[in-house]
Amino acid sequence: MPKKVVSIVVFPGSNCDRDLDIAVQKYMNVNTELVWHDDPNIKNQEMIFIPGGFSFGDYLRSGALATKSPAMKEVIRLSKKGVPIIGICNGFQILTECKLLDGALIDNYKRLFICKENFVKIVNKNTLFTKNINKNIVQFPIAHAQGRFYTSEDNLKRLEDNNQIVFKYSSRDGKINKSQNPNGSMNNIAGIINKNKNILGLMPHPERAVNFSEDNDGISFFRGLQNLL
Amino acid sequence: MIKINKRIVSEHGISEDEFKLIKEILQREPNLLELGIFSVMWSEHCSYKSTKKWLKTLPTSGEKVICGPGENAGIIDIGDNEAIVFKMESHNHPSFIEPYQGAATGVGGIMRDVFTMGARPIANLNSLRFGSPKHPKTKQLLSGVVKGIGDYGNCVGIPTVGGECNFHESYNNNILVNAMCIGLVKKNKIFYSIAKGFGNPIIYVGAKTGRDGIHGATMASAEFDDHSEDSRPQVQVGDPFMEKLLLESCQELMKEDAIIAIQDMGAAGLTSSSFEMASKGSCGVKLFLDKVPCREDKMTPYEMMLSETQERMLMVIKPSKKKSTLRIFKKWGLEAAEIGVITKTGNMEIFFNNSLVGKLPIKPLADSSPEYDRPSEKPFIKFKKENHKNFSIKSALIKIISSPNHSSKKWIYHQYDRSVMCDTYFSSEQSDSAVIRVHNSTKAIAVTCDCNPIYCNSDPKLGAEIGVAESWRNLIASGAEPIAITDNLNFGNPEKKEIMYQIKEAIKGIKTACEALDYPVVSGNVSFYNETKNKSIFPTPVIGGVGVIKNISKSKGLRMNEGDKIFIVGNSHGHLELSEFNRICNKNYGSPPPLDLKEEIKNGTFVRNFMKKHNSIVTGCHDISEGGIILALAELAIRNEKGLNIKIPSNVKNSKNWLFGEDQSRYLLIVNNEDIIKKVAKKENIKLQEIATVSGDKFCIIKKFEISVKKLIKYNSIWFENFIEK
Repeated sequence: MPKKVVSIVVFPGSNCDRDLDIAVQKYMNVNTELVWHDDPNIKNQEMIFIPGGFSFGDYLRSGALATKSPAMKEVIRLSKKGVPIIGICNGFQILTECKLLDGALIDNYKRLFICKENFVKIVNKNTLFTKNINKNIVQFPIAHAQGRFYTSEDNLKRLEDNNQIVFKYSSRDGKINKSQNPNGSMNNIAGIINKNKNILGLMPHPERAVNFSEDNDGISFFRGLQNLL
Repeated sequence: MIKINKRIVSEHGISEDEFKLIKEILQREPNLLELGIFSVMWSEHCSYKSTKKWLKTLPTSGEKVICGPGENAGIIDIGDNEAIVFKMESHNHPSFIEPYQGAATGVGGIMRDVFTMGARPIANLNSLRFGSPKHPKTKQLLSGVVKGIGDYGNCVGIPTVGGECNFHESYNNNILVNAMCIGLVKKNKIFYSIAKGFGNPIIYVGAKTGRDGIHGATMASAEFDDHSEDSRPQVQVGDPFMEKLLLESCQELMKEDAIIAIQDMGAAGLTSSSFEMASKGSCGVKLFLDKVPCREDKMTPYEMMLSETQERMLMVIKPSKKKSTLRIFKKWGLEAAEIGVITKTGNMEIFFNNSLVGKLPIKPLADSSPEYDRPSEKPFIKFKKENHKNFSIKSALIKIISSPNHSSKKWIYHQYDRSVMCDTYFSSEQSDSAVIRVHNSTKAIAVTCDCNPIYCNSDPKLGAEIGVAESWRNLIASGAEPIAITDNLNFGNPEKKEIMYQIKEAIKGIKTACEALDYPVVSGNVSFYNETKNKSIFPTPVIGGVGVIKNISKSKGLRMNEGDKIFIVGNSHGHLELSEFNRICNKNYGSPPPLDLKEEIKNGTFVRNFMKKHNSIVTGCHDISEGGIILALAELAIRNEKGLNIKIPSNVKNSKNWLFGEDQSRYLLIVNNEDIIKKVAKKENIKLQEIATVSGDKFCIIKKFEISVKKLIKYNSIWFENFIEK
């Protein structure tokens, strides 16, 4: 049987597309198609990834200009049909700018770019994207200047009530408190899904946690996605 | 037309003799445009006029050298049809005037030097020197420079994996920002800047030309005074997004067989890029400045030729590939224009509004650029008389690990994306050199930046030798085979005898060490006139070393496990002069530790071979440098959050000298089997001393003192945040 094909949308300024492409092919056992941002057609609709980087230089606001790309218009249309979509880092920012996900990613608490390894607790294992991950706490690098999740108190409550919060920054043993919060995100939020549960956005980079050792948690993340297809 | 007078000539930084030479070359008076071109081409920054004579003496070739100095960057062979392109370059003057943009454009410039040659950048490093933390500008400069470096590299998506950052009052008014980039290229896909083919089109691509940075190269070739801040308009503004588009479009174009020659428009912009390409190819050029994409209205030929607007490239293209070239640039949304043509005349002919506005012979301008053998004289170093202080071993250790120069640099490196591209095995806080995997292989590259200006100020030759040796040692400690270096020579005003002495001596030192270690210099940069109101920086010849690791899994970091034993490789004499210990005691005089290059080779070869043959026995490795044995051990304890039981050998007479001495050519080897290392060292006649056992959670020097590792970590981690947030 030929391998299935997953789409990765690439913008001018994306810089995690290569890393993501490698991780997806290797650990989801699929082929990929890189879709250039001005392509209004996305042929392979099994699953769509929006990679990290600085789309259009992140001028104006992170992810804001990317929402105007023809490919993103198609992503929005397909999202309504239930196509699984994952946005990582800048991809998450783009998805919130498109209003496919709630809230906004604003300047980190200290207003500095931050790159480090962080533990992340999977607080909802009852989603398409997380149910097959064989761990409850994973370690992924983060690398962003605008990763502080923010929304209104009402929205936050709604996200919680609907079980839409998926990842939270935590300690190695799963404690969730201020000292483990790298950027000032509300309630340590690192990743959420939409109400229909087919769109995931997360700031940490699972695609950067697949190298040098078979124990790396990015591998569990991508292997867990295999069953989705 | 403006008449050229003495004042205009001297404002262009051209001496009377140089002006005479210009008139001889042209056989007439130059016009303003031509004078401007001469001034940047003959600036210290572009012409190396004060150092050419000395730089020529450096060893630049070797079995693995593909391309030495003279091109955009140096290239070494790493086997399997792959090569590494690397260079370090300074952006000191602009970074002092405008720290964020100055540092950012420094990173952008060095990356362009690397990807111009066909390589994809795979790592950035930087070597930073700031003034005393007590100086009122230091905080703002530190924040701006670090943010500028981070924002630029992060956006382009190249990991910033290491470097160094130090504070010293000699940099109060002249900070140093040296950026290094390494790139990976297929050996048969290297691009050079040799223009060829009469009639071939010259294509301009990238940012539109503005009035920024005019005379930047000349600024970098003059001292600062009270009005230096007025030079802010000479500092260029960086656009990392544009750089990313340039990088990707050039990579795409390089896959086609289109480019004959390519050169980035760096210092002296369109002038130096067009002259250098034509000069190397021994041909002429016609430029049509009306076609240059401009950002501002009514720009004059003078401004267009001298602008240092960033993120621009110039290339000579095969005529048959013009269409596809322009198509690729269009895809990436880049402005591209055909602005000239290669000719046989050997002249640079500059047209504007259909008239010839400048005509210069290319070869004579490049070849007869001045070369000076400037007078030099050993400076008399006057030491300040200061009251000496006394410290116990414990309080000295705490003082050093909580000092600006030895505190954890977490605040800095957290601002740098180190994990993008997924090939960073060790960033420089995890190992003595940063280790980057060669994509899709088991090979890796090790990189490090080193310099000790305190040593260099006292003895520039020995100081520079030690810089080279330390970089060699750092590569070995990470498990690499050292291959070659790039150097960045930061000094004061070479027209002063004492400074010229420092420059000549430092180059001699680099030569001596590189020859002995078979460690050639493949690229480099000079930055002079780092002076303000007659006060020069300490001589700072920064060495960027590159090595190769055949099997990345055998690379070593600063790792240790419970129960491991730590051994010192090499002789410890207890040299305290100019050490960190003496500096905290206010004893700022004396000589650097002696360096025996034969012993350096012997110890380094032992460590390398031992790691090779007994790789699984070695848990980690760390060189012993500033702060001596005790600091190297404390760094291991802090890094691993593990305790050490340290036993000073019974024959040691003065434990302070022994613990804090900065004798050269030494390593700490952390091993899980003491018998084998003892046996091998004995056989090879290597000085080996057992010093510590990894155990518990306390840093304990038996019969002296103990302190919990938690406390050490706290002392080590607070300075930067306190300094910035205060």
